[in-house]
Amino acid sequence: MPTDFIVHDKTDTVGVVVVEDVKSGKELTGWIMETNETINLKSIDAVPLGHKIALKDTKADETVLKYGHDVGRTVANIGQGRHVHTHNMKTKRW
Amino acid sequence: MGFHKFFGYRRENGRIGIRNHVVILPLDDLSNAAAEAVANNIKGTLALPHAYGRLQFGEDLELLFRTLIGTGSNPNVAACVVIGIEPGWTGRIVDGIAETGKPVAGFSIEGNGDISTIAAASRKAQEFVQWASEKQREECAIQDLFISTKCGESDTTSGLASCPTVGNLIDKLDPLGATTCFGETSELTGAEVVCASRAVNKEVADKFWQVFKAYQEVIDRHKTNDLSESQPTKGNIAGGLTTIEEKAFGNLQKIGRKTKFIDVLKPAEAPAKGAGLYYMDTSSAAAECVTLQAAAGFVVHLFPTGQGNIIGNPIEPVIKLTANPKTARTMAEHVDLDVSGILRREMTLDEAGDRLIDIMIRTCNGRLTCAEALGHREFVMTKLYQSA
Repeated sequence: MPTDFIVHDKTDTVGVVVVEDVKSGKELTGWIMETNETINLKSIDAVPLGHKIALKDTKADETVLKYGHDVGRTVANIGQGRHVHTHNMKTKRW
Repeated sequence: MGFHKFFGYRRENGRIGIRNHVVILPLDDLSNAAAEAVANNIKGTLALPHAYGRLQFGEDLELLFRTLIGTGSNPNVAACVVIGIEPGWTGRIVDGIAETGKPVAGFSIEGNGDISTIAAASRKAQEFVQWASEKQREECAIQDLFISTKCGESDTTSGLASCPTVGNLIDKLDPLGATTCFGETSELTGAEVVCASRAVNKEVADKFWQVFKAYQEVIDRHKTNDLSESQPTKGNIAGGLTTIEEKAFGNLQKIGRKTKFIDVLKPAEAPAKGAGLYYMDTSSAAAECVTLQAAAGFVVHLFPTGQGNIIGNPIEPVIKLTANPKTARTMAEHVDLDVSGILRREMTLDEAGDRLIDIMIRTCNGRLTCAEALGHREFVMTKLYQSA
């Protein structure tokens, strides 16, 4: 079964798209590495290879979890299936 | 895992090299022209031009000496000719390298001029290169191997697969007695607590915290914004990394899941606590970091990349691996190992680690890396502050 996105840890709020053809409205198959589970998700945005996709709805100023750890904060409301990057997420450091 | 043997060059001090370079080492920027002329005269020698060496002082000067002496002392170097503008500092480099027992000679330009210096140094370089050309490789064990790692132009595939592949190798070779090294102080920002928890004891963790906090102070002192123009880099961002924290957790995958680091090294400082994993305080810029690790005596380098950093080092072969299928396809000539199969679930992390061990052993035995074949010889000094 092709894997469209990968999630490091079960608690993560984002996954990483690992194929080059994720357009909006695509039914995606994801793999949670930590637990070896398969999950499904529909993309709302086109998401390039290597970029993050939201696994759940989040509000602005919430913590983004990846590797099971805090990797930054949201700066906008983000719906499940949306592209997560510099336009809606920022560092908490520096 | 079985026993990993390789064929290397045993040096006078017992250390093992995997290359047999005769290096023409300039002390300072002024001596680059003479060093390059000697390397042009005598085939099979290698000049290492660089930008510094004048009016440095204090810790910055100590780092210059440590880097130059360490580079000449690296076991991948069979013999070394040092050229400097004046005899004092030139002699200090020569004496430092001579402690390894390898052939080394120094030449200075003031009072002689370039042409006489080049002639005398060329005669010595010819003698060294012909002597070195008769050195034979012998069978060595993994305990003889010093391996460094650093990643560059990372993207999210680095944290998913190529950095964990290096981590898998380190987890496998650490119990067998390999000596390994990671660094990149600023690129641990966000993952520093997890990194500190991988120190072997509190003393080493405290040493790490000192180094980490000092580097943060440098950034705080000089920054003009949140560094979003520099860290993550434009390449990182194109590859999907959004924040320094996200980049840091990907970076830290290179030390595997269980290996603990046993000491914290200054930049270019040689490990002195025996086999094990060492943390070195380095810049996160690829060429600076690898130059420091090579100067500390590491002989083979593992370099995961996402978007396609193309770095090499003149004396320490740099093995490049990527898990980004697009990079593997569009920049194939730079990629020694493609582990993108992990992302397609066609390859396990354990298999990828074994493949990396295999290509590393082949590299140690003499296989040229992509960076070597393409002539990448980035030799870049770390400069701590302004000269006097």
